[in-house]
Amino acid sequence: MKQYRAHLLVCAGTGCVSCGSFKIKEALEKEIKKRNLQDEIQVVATGCNGFCERGPIVLVQPDGIFYQLLQVEDVPHLVEEHLLKGRPVKKLMYVPPAEKQPVPKMKDIEFFKHQRLIVLRNRGRIDPEKIEEYIAFDGYEALAKALSEMAPQAIIDEILFSGLRGRGGAGFPTGKKWAACAKEKRSPKYLICNGDEGDPGAFMDRSVLEADPHAVLEGMIIGAKAIGASKGFVYIRHEYPLALKRMAIAIEQARENGLLGQDILGTGFDFDLEIVQGAGAFVSGEESALIASVEGRIAMPRQRPPYPAQRGLWGQPTVINNVETWATVPNIIRRGADWFQGLGTETSKGTKIFALVGKIANTGLVEVPMGISLREIVYGIGGGIPDKRDFKAVQIGGPSGGCLPAKLLDLPVDYESLTAAGAMMGSGGMIVMDDKTCMVDVAKYFLNFLQDESCGKCVSCREGTQRMYEIVKAITEGQGKESDLALLEELATITKDASMCGLGQTAGNPVLTTLRYFRHEYEAHILDKRCPAGVCKKLIRYVVLAEKCTGCQACKKACPKECIKGTLKDVHLIDQSNCIKCGACKEACKFEAIEEQREEAIQII
Amino acid sequence: MITFRMNGLEVKAEEGSTILDTAKFYGLEIPTLCHNDGLTPFGGCRLCVVEIGEGLRSKLVSSCTYLAEEGLVVRTDSNRVWASRRMMIELMLAMAPGSKVLQDLASQFGVTKVRFTPRNGECVLCGLCTRICAEQMDAAAIGFQQRGHKRKISTPFDMRSEVCRLCGACMYICPACQLRCQGPQADTALCNACLTMEPSCLDQYDDLQCWMYDAGRCGTCVQEKKS
Repeated sequence: MKQYRAHLLVCAGTGCVSCGSFKIKEALEKEIKKRNLQDEIQVVATGCNGFCERGPIVLVQPDGIFYQLLQVEDVPHLVEEHLLKGRPVKKLMYVPPAEKQPVPKMKDIEFFKHQRLIVLRNRGRIDPEKIEEYIAFDGYEALAKALSEMAPQAIIDEILFSGLRGRGGAGFPTGKKWAACAKEKRSPKYLICNGDEGDPGAFMDRSVLEADPHAVLEGMIIGAKAIGASKGFVYIRHEYPLALKRMAIAIEQARENGLLGQDILGTGFDFDLEIVQGAGAFVSGEESALIASVEGRIAMPRQRPPYPAQRGLWGQPTVINNVETWATVPNIIRRGADWFQGLGTETSKGTKIFALVGKIANTGLVEVPMGISLREIVYGIGGGIPDKRDFKAVQIGGPSGGCLPAKLLDLPVDYESLTAAGAMMGSGGMIVMDDKTCMVDVAKYFLNFLQDESCGKCVSCREGTQRMYEIVKAITEGQGKESDLALLEELATITKDASMCGLGQTAGNPVLTTLRYFRHEYEAHILDKRCPAGVCKKLIRYVVLAEKCTGCQACKKACPKECIKGTLKDVHLIDQSNCIKCGACKEACKFEAIEEQREEAIQII
Repeated sequence: MITFRMNGLEVKAEEGSTILDTAKFYGLEIPTLCHNDGLTPFGGCRLCVVEIGEGLRSKLVSSCTYLAEEGLVVRTDSNRVWASRRMMIELMLAMAPGSKVLQDLASQFGVTKVRFTPRNGECVLCGLCTRICAEQMDAAAIGFQQRGHKRKISTPFDMRSEVCRLCGACMYICPACQLRCQGPQADTALCNACLTMEPSCLDQYDDLQCWMYDAGRCGTCVQEKKS
């Protein structure tokens, strides 16, 4: 095997790829060849590093130097300085917000420092398209152990004892699910990997599939042995082309290496996998709907019980787990349930990946131990709120989750605490909001998403989300009535109560948590016809302050609706009837002569 | 045979039968809309919800799809169940106020207001027509389209279906378009002409106490409890 003196690990997750990391890789290779270094330095495309905001990212090993926001033009300089002269390039390094000195090494950066990588342990260090690299980092060791040394029941006991709970949202103990399926006598049995990630702002499943597809495969083969399945399906939504591609490569390589197919590792165990492309409905993430989708029917949930473990795919016993859950399994088998037990809290074990997005300095994907406080995630790893603004809320658990206020920042992140606070673990989306966010508007956004994505079977969910959306929309437009809040609460509670599947049973959460923690904002919209955050367009207006206006016409030129009137050097006037409240005039004005009015009651036009 | 408790009564059910089947067998009335004995259970209208389990772990499930389980504890007419049913009726009435089936349900369950803007449509998307077409008429000429708020029932690509024999089964089974109620006012979407005026015992008890739907309730129990 060839020895290289340095490896350039180019991040090739979807985030960095869309910022042009493949072009960077190409340029690096070209530059290295030009300087005749190709035998000394290797360029590797890896999975997502998680720090997507700073892409494209290149990590230089073994020094551990972290380069970010690279441009193709930077490449020659980088190669010459760092790789030829041995001087790391300071200006391409990460500078933490509010500091001047760059942090050269990845392990010193706040964003990476506090993370605990288990599922994502191979991110940013192996080429996900090469099985050899996965194997070099202890890959398929757990599989060999499970297939040759462990009886199916021993595998299930190990998972049961580890305390692993489903990472897809509900947090059902994985071991129990497997045990229920293993108990069924009928065969064939099936396995499904649920990669239908649909929450707005969530991308952890995609990242796992892109960065370490073999970990998911390994977990599934171990699971197949445990329950006695002979066939599995990986369900990935078609919006994830890179994940689909890498999964297909991984399956192909596993087959070539005798890790899938007939007589795996010579143990006489048969198992094969197939990829199913989802058409991209949010509700397909619900397990019974996903099974319907794999069978080729409309993704519409059905009554459980019978649970998929008893009657799943084509009526056969089926185990269906989330991508992250499958990728955790090999780690537990390899390192033992005791080790996994030691991580996390009493009831929530291990680590969880969160997609940290919204108004936060360090946007990206983080893997943290369960039980970490929200404050540590938002202010420690996330680096706080940018532009010196105040933290207002964090939305956890996707559309069916809830918004938690600042006073709950010390809440430990585990299944029970989040549910008690009205949110839920969900698949792990975490949207941070600052004080410029209107919570009624947030509720409206999620309700709009839900009324689109409800499958439409249950009256409670289909009509409930539509009516809640209507009411909340009216409130944001200044048409709310005092009786609306009680009606919203009643409707949200009954929608949760009466619906069949997980989507409907959590659809009331965006309304209920915002009402619970931010009721005063609803009241301001309804009683004072005022949006405290200045977001709801019908409740604000832009006016020209006559004493400050110089008549420069900058606002007039900026206005897309041409509704600002006034001649040069004369005070301008905004025609309120045509104004769409885009705020372009305010941005264009250099004299602060345009004011956004929201304090007093505004006549609704 | 499976044994479980329903409204405090010990009941027996055949393996594979639903809570609704069992309730019917014992003469307990559970309202349904999207259910028909000759068709596969759907569980969409949520009128037949019942409360199962006890204490904090109790939840609502649709009795037409939930299979009887050994040791289950079922309450068919608790306050929580009625609150849900009333809301479902209110939501569906706002969709199709002209349906006599829905107006009758509103009167039976004491729904006296519709707080949502009436849409004055004809369909409540119960799916009875699609199921009778596919399962009994063997045609599958109509089906659901889209999802969420765009959901509707139509023929494929909204074109005249080649397999439709114009048998009319879909109209025959429809709870909204066949039987009409002329009573509803445009602004309220409600008729309420058949409203049961007797007091409901649910104001006093956690569960409904009397089963005299058709005869009209006497109200004795309520007055007794008050005094």
